[in-house]
Amino acid sequence: MALLTVKDLSVGYGNQIVAENINFEVNAGDYLCIVGENGSGKSTLMKTLLRLQKPVKGEILTGEGLTENEIGYLPQQTVIQKDFPASVREVVLSGCQSRGGFRPFYSSEDKKTAAENMEKMGITDLAGRCYRELSGGQQQRVLLARALCATRKLLLLDEPVSGLDPKVTAEMYALISELNKEKVTIIMISHDIGAAMGFADHILHIGDNVFFGTKDEYLGSKAGKFFLMMQSRDAESVFASGPRKTMKKEEETNG
Amino acid sequence: MDKLAFYLQYPFVRYALIVGVLISLCSSLLGVTLVLKRFSYIGDGLSHVAFGAMAIAGVLGLSNNMLIVMPVTVISAVLLLRTGQNARIKGDAAIAMISVGALAFGYLIMNIFSTSANLSGDVCTTLFGSTSILTLSLGEVWLCVVLSIVVVVIFILFYNKIFAVTFDENFAKATGVKTDAYNLIIAVVTAVIIVLAMNLVGSLLISALVIFPALSAMKLFKSFKSVTVCSAVLSVVCALSGMIISILAGTPVGSTIVAADAVVFGICCIAGAIMGGTSK
Repeated sequence: MALLTVKDLSVGYGNQIVAENINFEVNAGDYLCIVGENGSGKSTLMKTLLRLQKPVKGEILTGEGLTENEIGYLPQQTVIQKDFPASVREVVLSGCQSRGGFRPFYSSEDKKTAAENMEKMGITDLAGRCYRELSGGQQQRVLLARALCATRKLLLLDEPVSGLDPKVTAEMYALISELNKEKVTIIMISHDIGAAMGFADHILHIGDNVFFGTKDEYLGSKAGKFFLMMQSRDAESVFASGPRKTMKKEEETNG
Repeated sequence: MDKLAFYLQYPFVRYALIVGVLISLCSSLLGVTLVLKRFSYIGDGLSHVAFGAMAIAGVLGLSNNMLIVMPVTVISAVLLLRTGQNARIKGDAAIAMISVGALAFGYLIMNIFSTSANLSGDVCTTLFGSTSILTLSLGEVWLCVVLSIVVVVIFILFYNKIFAVTFDENFAKATGVKTDAYNLIIAVVTAVIIVLAMNLVGSLLISALVIFPALSAMKLFKSFKSVTVCSAVLSVVCALSGMIISILAGTPVGSTIVAADAVVFGICCIAGAIMGGTSK
């Protein structure tokens, strides 16, 4: 039994289906990358996996002792967070919330977990700083530390490098690979097919042609070849129009 | 000072001070959350609902209008806050709709079934709370004390959950926090505070009581805990000084408190700008 098994899943809002015929499995220690065009339902699939919305059809099964609530999540930035007064320590600690049940305060164990994860993400010296004043890369590290407080088994990352500069992007990917080596299972949504090819071991492509398989299988598949071609063409137009504009475009379409 | 001591001999002045401090404390606690959740105007909306409910209670001739005002306001708060971000009608539009609608119907009902000769006076009192805080009975003071304690205890017990739900509702929900339940608690507590606060500043000025201390504190502090504590302190200080000034100078209580809040907000803006220049 895999950690996560998705059978014949259709996702969408209400009766409107955004993506369908999704079948895949995630085993412990996998690094799965979900790719697809804008509007193909990547974020909707993510929300459905997190049980934030109901699947239109099909089912999501968890196994190997993974319960529904043991999925860590690195969300895209919300509007609220841009002016939220919160220290880094408070944000990271809030990841421990789900363990406490109805206990009103954090235990010393929670605080220890939070401290360890801050150390791991290299943000210990930022603990007292205000979250909204950090750079984009630092904020992502904070949210990653928070996700690790919630679980050590499975992390879902929604566009973890969107809006980051190339150097910070590389650091972020390195960090994620590092976690994967420590047996944390990773599911990442990405526009960045290059990174998906570089780091992931499995690819799920959603859209008109749904594909699931290992990275090598994907490279040989029709969907993969077509998508890679489109991406490289996109990349050229990206350079032509300048990086700033594309960043904005991504932010708009991701929401 | 003599004048103040003279006034303090009267029990209704002491009641007013006690109730004022408690209400300002409660309203500031949730203020931070409401402002951050983009529900700044919920105070306004709910107080208009409470106004409408009061009008109905008045027409029905209920002696204790809390019986109808409280449930109606709580239900409205739950409906407004529960729909949240995924609603078809967005939060601000829903609040505007309910607020204006309730205000209109309340006034309409009061007008048609008018029982008192001085209608505009009644409306003015309900909206601006001009003197009602000075006419509190001992029973109302106790009710206010008990509800305030309940609100503060709930807030402290659920402080970390409220933080998690406000900061990132989706993350909290995905990791198994019962966000719906906590949103419900926030909504109910908000409604209770607003009904209580209507006695103090009237329905029009409740938003000020909720928003000003939170915004002032956000100018100065950078962690959720310090912002919450600071807004509670500022709110209580403003309410106390506002009430004392209004007693001494004979100004309307509600407006004076809000004026004090606004002045403090101005000071905090300047202080924040001098301290860091990072606050926006």
